Amino acid sequence: MSPRNKKLRKVLNPPPIKGFKPYGPEVNELSGHEPILLHFEEYEALRLCDYDKYNHHQASVIMGVSRPTFTRIYASVRQKIAKAFAEGKQIAIEGGKVYFDSDWYQCLSCKCYFNNPFKDSEISSCPLCGSAKVSSFDIDSTTSDTREFGSCFDMCICPSCGYEATHQQGTPCSTEVCPNCNAKMRRKGRN
Amino acid sequence: MKIAITSTGNTLDSKIDERFGRCSYFVVYDTESKATEFIPNPNKEAENGAGPASVQLVASRNVEKIVSGEFGMKIKSLVDSLKIQMIVVKEQSKTVADIIEMLNH
Repeated sequence: MSPRNKKLRKVLNPPPIKGFKPYGPEVNELSGHEPILLHFEEYEALRLCDYDKYNHHQASVIMGVSRPTFTRIYASVRQKIAKAFAEGKQIAIEGGKVYFDSDWYQCLSCKCYFNNPFKDSEISSCPLCGSAKVSSFDIDSTTSDTREFGSCFDMCICPSCGYEATHQQGTPCSTEVCPNCNAKMRRKGRN
Repeated sequence: MKIAITSTGNTLDSKIDERFGRCSYFVVYDTESKATEFIPNPNKEAENGAGPASVQLVASRNVEKIVSGEFGMKIKSLVDSLKIQMIVVKEQSKTVADIIEMLNH
């Protein structure tokens, strides 16, 4: 029976370099050895975990794999890097079952979605309507862990006089009181 | 900067096309000269490979952004690597003129 296919792993940025070479007088006697192949997904796992300091669960959501799979990828990259250091071998970063994707954003004023192909620069306004009300958008963000990136731009409205105030996240609109007519506020656009 | 918009017809009043690869027309809008160019999509009836072929067509016009209703799996990574920004507009009632107006904000 053939083993189950590997899932595609999502990688945000390809690494800036192709690999690493050891240096020092002993390199020549070691250079005849094969380089250690680091897959892109392993590089990404290391980057998410140790550089961006996500925990394994958050990082696994970002890469679109399960938490145990992520931990396996991470363990394999640690093993490979340790081997390269201890044996003085080159590291080549290539291959792996990955696809490259950029971050997606949602504009809250014109309801469009857009990505950021210029990965090193930050997105501050919507490319379509120029509104600054953009939030991070993740297609697979059904778990509560990734939802906290986005901020809330909803409005509370007073049903009797139409007074509007920015909704405070975590406090229900009905606990807010309209300063003009002392009526209970309600979420705008919701009945 | 040039922006490609997928359109269902060849006038500014046509609605935007929700598909990218098999849309009827591409509208290439130049934000500097305010010029629009309508390109009929030769891949409209293609059985397969419409997406990548359409990406090639719009990339040859040096666009920096593409506005469409949806982008397929095959082309997301392709468009991404060409450093073209994808903008997904879910409101199908929007016309090309609406989009151009929004782009000028």
